[in-house]
Amino acid sequence: MSAVVSTMDQILGQHRFFADFPPDFAELIAGCARNTHYKPGEYLAHESDRADSFFILSKGKVALEVAVPGKSPVVIATLGAQDVVGVSWLVAPYCWLFDARVMEDMRGISIDAKCLRVKCDADHDLGYEMMKRLLPVLTQRLHATRMQILDVYGKS
Amino acid sequence: MPDVRFAPADLLVPTPYRVVERVRELDDVTTLRLEPRGGERTRVNPGQFNMLYAFGIGEAAISVSAAWETGRGLSHTIRDVGMVSHALSHMEEGAEVGLRGPFGSGWPLDRAEGRDIVIVAGGLGLAPLRPAIEAVLARRERYGRVTVLIGFRSPKDILFPRQIRDWRERPDVELHATVDHSAADWRGHVGVVPTLIQRTAFDPENCLAFVCGPEIMMRFSAQALLGAGVSPARIHLSMERNMKCAIGHCGRCQFGPHFVCKDGPVFPLELIAPILSVREI
Amino acid sequence: MMEEAKHGPPALIGPDDLELLIQALTHSGRQVVGPVLRDEAIVYDHIDSIADLPAGWTDRQAPGHYTLEPRADAAVFGYAVGPHSWKRFLHPPVQTVWSASRDAGDGLGFDLAPDPARPYAFVGVRACELRAIEIQDKVLRDGATPDRAYVARRDRVFIVAVNCSQPAETCFCVSMDAGPRAKTGFDLALTELLDDDLHQFLVEIGSEAGAQMLAGIPHRQADETALSQANAVLERTSAGMGRRMETDGIKELLQNNPDHPRWDDVANRCLSCGNCTMVCPTCFCTTAEDTGDLANRTAERVQKWDSCFSLDFSYIRGGSVRSSTRSRYRQWLTHKLANWIDQFGTSGCVGCGRCMTWCPVGIDLTEEARAIRAETGVPK
Repeated sequence: MSAVVSTMDQILGQHRFFADFPPDFAELIAGCARNTHYKPGEYLAHESDRADSFFILSKGKVALEVAVPGKSPVVIATLGAQDVVGVSWLVAPYCWLFDARVMEDMRGISIDAKCLRVKCDADHDLGYEMMKRLLPVLTQRLHATRMQILDVYGKS
Repeated sequence: MPDVRFAPADLLVPTPYRVVERVRELDDVTTLRLEPRGGERTRVNPGQFNMLYAFGIGEAAISVSAAWETGRGLSHTIRDVGMVSHALSHMEEGAEVGLRGPFGSGWPLDRAEGRDIVIVAGGLGLAPLRPAIEAVLARRERYGRVTVLIGFRSPKDILFPRQIRDWRERPDVELHATVDHSAADWRGHVGVVPTLIQRTAFDPENCLAFVCGPEIMMRFSAQALLGAGVSPARIHLSMERNMKCAIGHCGRCQFGPHFVCKDGPVFPLELIAPILSVREI
Repeated sequence: MMEEAKHGPPALIGPDDLELLIQALTHSGRQVVGPVLRDEAIVYDHIDSIADLPAGWTDRQAPGHYTLEPRADAAVFGYAVGPHSWKRFLHPPVQTVWSASRDAGDGLGFDLAPDPARPYAFVGVRACELRAIEIQDKVLRDGATPDRAYVARRDRVFIVAVNCSQPAETCFCVSMDAGPRAKTGFDLALTELLDDDLHQFLVEIGSEAGAQMLAGIPHRQADETALSQANAVLERTSAGMGRRMETDGIKELLQNNPDHPRWDDVANRCLSCGNCTMVCPTCFCTTAEDTGDLANRTAERVQKWDSCFSLDFSYIRGGSVRSSTRSRYRQWLTHKLANWIDQFGTSGCVGCGRCMTWCPVGIDLTEEARAIRAETGVPK
């Protein structure tokens, strides 16, 4: 193996979510980020837990699911490489709304939400850059959810 | 008296075809494999449809879901939703149906040669796309990257699961199947099929996309493809409207200025974009 | 002036000669169809003689309104068009397409319905109706897959046209460039000329078959007086159009305005009865009905006129694509005046006015098109 070691801001830059992110900001984010590794069956988060981190996936698969009494949990969506898991960290009261269960060996970056919130509050330009990236994720999820509700393949 | 020109009789009058095999695909979906009784096999292009007639009951437009080349007979995959499709779904092996066709334009496979192909199927929309996928894989070297994205309602609604597995196992095909609704025991994707488009690598400048499924699913998939940079001339949708004659005479399948039966059912988005989101058109 | 007569110069005949023409057409093996009085209207049906024609009658028409009135003279073609059109014969309201049988071994057999044996002769076809036949030809005959039964009837029909002398308040063939003069598509064309004591018909010859037919009956060459009389009739008719349709840019006007508020307005009046589509001489849409006997041994397919105003027309699994009256009226008018141009290279409207006369609430398509134009700022 070659001994090339990427710095955290370089790793972040390789992710779709941070594409074309200003280098100064990448360094700020890197200060809140760390590499993570979860095995199948582990949970990134549980419903109603404090949302004090969010995840950028580079490998693996994660299910967002909701527990249903007396039944197996309902999966709302599955997320994979290049996806972001978690937006609840951005909105008070900063609590997870779903369980995030690892389906396939997951590698990625976990970002300390509290750390990032403080930095975004201090530097609104950074905050705006983050919002520009998170809002499309939210609208896409919303749109996909609407289409799920439509039940387009349903029996008529 | 001038020469009298007639439409070939077989466009108006069904030809008897024998049901050689009936496969129950899903609770309400059946595939009939048909062979002409003594007649010649007519060439069918992927994406074309036939009119199938159940004796004394009526006729319905049914997509051809596998061409002759892939096995015994010509396959038609039918969802049991009305009187005619119910009768067809319950045909015994050995019984006869009437067949007129094939009708309509198919998928532009020739135009796709040398390019990436993105196939987006939703539910029963996989049926008319299966012959296209099979034709592409039979001449795999002629195409660039081949991506197949398939969405179903839930894991128990997955159509043609064996084929999907075979395609997935090929190193030269990128296949993703997703379901809208699932419990935790499903190991595949959950989410609507357009979300797969955002996650897939293909060359938007040099690809052709074939989309078939419920109209809402096609509209949203077309949006996602446009969002990925695919031009409307490269996106093809297979439309559905009421049909009786299949030769452009009964007027029922009109979709704006187009007759779905003879101008379609496969249309480039470029041609139908102005009317695709007009209500009740 | 008349165009250069290719098949022979214009002739003059009297009522007795017209009778002989009808006889000759019958003797040639054709079923002769023409205007007759029935059910308080002038309709098209089998005729044996000039005596069957509605001599001395005319019609008064307005949106939602049709009445017969006696004329002061004995004109036999002194009215506009009634509820029937010739599509009733060339593209009949009900026809069997094929019959089928099932043998003891459950094998199916199909038999195409026989082609109609006896050719038609039409007497009294107006210029707008010639255009309508020409338009239906494009739909049912001239495409990649001609309608077998239509072609069999159409290619054998003998057409005696009539130049209109009495436009209705609902007529606008001049706007649609479809009349009032019969220019092509006929074998013979008559212009009825009535003087105080002289009743005669100028006859123009449109085909070799027409020339042969005329040769078999007494006639004399038309003089300048008769020719200028006929021209005067047509000029008067042209000037007497009760309606006008602005056709400039109408395709784009309708295709670009599917959400115009006028569609809601007309939907409040339209009963979606489909009368307009039944009386329209170009509307061609059909349904197919499949029936079987109780023993399930024989079956047949019957084609019937259908209307884009019916809910069944656009039914796909679970519902109708066009469930609102608004969308069905919009489909009809946009198809007729706009989409038809894309599909067949011609408007689907000939300006005969039947759709407004026979509309129970008197919807006037020229008015609807005008309202859409007025409120969208498309130049007049």
